[in-house]
Amino acid sequence: MTDPAEASVAQNAAAKIGPPLWLLAELTYRCPLHCVYCFNPVDFAKHEDELTTEQWFRVLREARELGSVQCGFSGGEPMLRDDLELIVGEAHRLGYYTNLLTSGIGLNEKRIDALKEAGLDHIQLSFQDSTREMNDFLSSTRTFDLKRRVADLIKSRGYPMVMNCTIHRHNIDHIEAILQLASDIDAEYVELANTQYYGWAQVNRDQLLPSREQLERAERITNEWRATHGNKMKLFFVVPDYYEKRPKKCMNGWGNIFLTIAPDGKALPCHTARMLPGLEFPSVQASSIREIWYESEGFNRYRGTGWMKEPCASCPEKEIDLGGCRCQAYMVANDPAAADPVCDKSPLHGRITDVVALAQQPGNPAQSKPLIYRGPKESLKLDRPF
Amino acid sequence: MTHESGINRETVPKVGRNFRIQWEPAQDAYVLLYPEGMVKLNQSAGEILKRCDGAANVGDIVADLESTFNAQGLEGDVIRFIELAVQQKWVE
Repeated sequence: MTDPAEASVAQNAAAKIGPPLWLLAELTYRCPLHCVYCFNPVDFAKHEDELTTEQWFRVLREARELGSVQCGFSGGEPMLRDDLELIVGEAHRLGYYTNLLTSGIGLNEKRIDALKEAGLDHIQLSFQDSTREMNDFLSSTRTFDLKRRVADLIKSRGYPMVMNCTIHRHNIDHIEAILQLASDIDAEYVELANTQYYGWAQVNRDQLLPSREQLERAERITNEWRATHGNKMKLFFVVPDYYEKRPKKCMNGWGNIFLTIAPDGKALPCHTARMLPGLEFPSVQASSIREIWYESEGFNRYRGTGWMKEPCASCPEKEIDLGGCRCQAYMVANDPAAADPVCDKSPLHGRITDVVALAQQPGNPAQSKPLIYRGPKESLKLDRPF
Repeated sequence: MTHESGINRETVPKVGRNFRIQWEPAQDAYVLLYPEGMVKLNQSAGEILKRCDGAANVGDIVADLESTFNAQGLEGDVIRFIELAVQQKWVE
């Protein structure tokens, strides 16, 4: 029997810190695509170990016991795991709502049937653009036609489908065609997610950031589509942080509801946090999910508001955005405990507006630098976290 | 009683095909799960939605709730909630 004193301490900790409702299982960093805005770490090739099937089962079981209920399987390309069906099946048995986030590569009739049988609830399919030329250019592959076929396959099996298209300078002017594509493939949800500048997108930031005029046009067209097609498909338009004056409440709060497990078992408050210096994130290979979530330094460091410096510490809005994104603070201000420089109260906000100003000058040299494609060779060559 | 939405005692509501309702002990609540999202339901919403099984009609649901919670006159509240749930596609 549990010691009542110990149980009460655990209850108190759990009362202050909510459960990790959202579990993101990044099954692999391997991927057949080479997207220029991939959110995987730039040095992903250094972290090529992957958890075994049994280890994933344990992660799923322990997180479910703490209250995780939404489970995403992503990567890299999660279809590259031969045991995906087994892992999804275990998640389903445990009572998760299961989401597969895929490029569609490797999703054939046999595997989609096996996933259905395993209890998969939903599939998010990513496109790079509405046109074959741009899709294939941006992913450095010939995958557009295949994705169209996969979309049909997903619908034929009765799945709800989220179509995700990452938006940036090179495809934002195709927004109408992207929305038309979403409508043609019968997507229930459409995420027009402007690139946020992490991982490979940070490497290619100057080439990818759209102009204000591009952004406003795209948002206006999306709003028009929402008015006319909103009943059929739900549209989400994510504005890039760089055009905001206040930061987002990143991940809805550090260690608040999101738990990411990286392919090698590293447990993270979000999928990009492994870049942060001076923080040892625990691995599921050495710790239980309970220890990781409630007790680890990595998850406790930026919880709440106690860690804040000025201008955040005395800011009346600090509970609204919790200081924004720690990774953005590190990348732009070189200090993970600084205010997110997206905030115009940050003394370093000028570093953001300088980049935005550059994006308003068509044809400036920074925009025409060659794009760097995500791949293991480039990863080892760049040899840096972002 | 018939409302403008057309929902009445004979309507047979069913949780929407892209939604799943389940009890979550960690949240001490029913939740509605859908692609990449979750709604935590308050007690009355949870009790109504879990009865929207595609077999019971609104009249049955009202009677069941009134007997379970020893209450009367719930029909208006139940219909109003189901109208809202239909708008959200939680119920079809």
